[in-house]
Amino acid sequence: MTLIDLANPTRFLALTARVLPWLAAATVILLAIGLYQSALAPDDYQQGATVKIMFIHVPNAWLSMFVWGVMSIASLGTLVWRHPLADVAAKAAAPIGAAFTFLALLTGSLWGRPMWGTYWEWDARLTSVLILFLMYLGLMALWRAVDDPSRAARAAAVLTLVGAINLPIIKFSVDWWNTLHQPASVMRMGGSALDKSFLIPLLVMAIAFTLLFVTLHLAAMRNEILRRRVRSLQMMQASRIAFSSESGSRGESASNEVGAA
Amino acid sequence: MTALSALIRRDIRIALRVGGGALIGVLFFLTVVVLMPFAVGPDLALLSRLGPAILWLGALLASLLTLDRLFMADHEDGSLDLITMSRTPLELACAAKALAHWLAAGLPLIVATPVLGLLLNLDMVATGAVALTLLAGTPALTFTGMIGAALAVTLHRGGLLMAVLVLPLSIPVLIFGVAASQAVIVGPMTFGAPFSILCALSLVSLVVGPFAAAASLRHGLD
Repeated sequence: MTLIDLANPTRFLALTARVLPWLAAATVILLAIGLYQSALAPDDYQQGATVKIMFIHVPNAWLSMFVWGVMSIASLGTLVWRHPLADVAAKAAAPIGAAFTFLALLTGSLWGRPMWGTYWEWDARLTSVLILFLMYLGLMALWRAVDDPSRAARAAAVLTLVGAINLPIIKFSVDWWNTLHQPASVMRMGGSALDKSFLIPLLVMAIAFTLLFVTLHLAAMRNEILRRRVRSLQMMQASRIAFSSESGSRGESASNEVGAA
Repeated sequence: MTALSALIRRDIRIALRVGGGALIGVLFFLTVVVLMPFAVGPDLALLSRLGPAILWLGALLASLLTLDRLFMADHEDGSLDLITMSRTPLELACAAKALAHWLAAGLPLIVATPVLGLLLNLDMVATGAVALTLLAGTPALTFTGMIGAALAVTLHRGGLLMAVLVLPLSIPVLIFGVAASQAVIVGPMTFGAPFSILCALSLVSLVVGPFAAAASLRHGLD
């Protein structure tokens, strides 16, 4: 079973139909275990119960970057290997990545309200995640701007790869910018090593969220393939109608031929 | 080499003549800077503190607005197809076009900076610092913006979409450009560190920009 065997969309659909229920079940079980463990985790001596936001926040933040990595590999697949499902993978991943990034920002600001006393702080890490979110939205806008999927795919692939080069540079420069403006004013968590009672639930949650991403991604890819089939069927039908109304009875026999084919 | 220099000369000539519109960027730059005092008030002390940031934002927006001319006119009259099919590597042709665009539309912004600095109550040293950082930083804006221009021309969509795609990529240039100017005016920071990073950003975009733009043109035009 190599990647090239999946190039046939029908085979991909058949395989994912078998795999998806198991993946979904594993995700639900791991999420349940992770949530239970994080509920049992002790309160932090400084942050109290708000530390438990971390168990949702950190996996989301990790996935917000991981998804861009997945999209970059898929973009290489589009531009270099011309894998037929690569652009489907890239397109399906973008909204999911944007959602994870948004959740990371949201949980972060909810945690920041009791801890820092403000919903938003121009902290370096928050700022670079916000820029990542903007880039996800720009990528989605690019996908939506063009009606021909294969044309949009190549443009989005170039942009994704440029983003993959630029994101570390942006991260570095925002870090530099922030230390220049307000040195060490925000309290940081994770400066010291995490205690085991926090680390194990966090790892379980991270794996659970990664599985959640894989499940959602495969499901979204299935939807995208089906959506493209519907689109091509509709276009075929539209051209058939145009053809038959254009040239009367001769067209009707021809459209029957197309339908038979 | 002669092909590239001919391309550069042709692009500059087209940009500077009637219908080229390279100098509209300077007019836009002037308008943005003139608008700023109406927004923040005519307080000269405040304006001189915000000066470098205002000039950098104005230059960033002006260079962004002129960018969609980079490939669009050539695409409309078909010469972009000739450039794509010629024996000159497309990456080099893209770099030459971006260089010509920077000479025609980027340099006038830097020339205009001292006059605009006067309006914002910047002294000689501060104006010089801003002009120098613009000189080092605007090539990065043009060469990364070229990627957005190439995407826009293959998709037949320009304007807002290109701005949304390019602006996040220009954040590092903005950060280090303003930081280097501020270091001269107020900061305890040295001028050298942010300025050399700014130069590094320009050099990186000099390498990455032509390749990404050429890839998107090659895959997108048909």
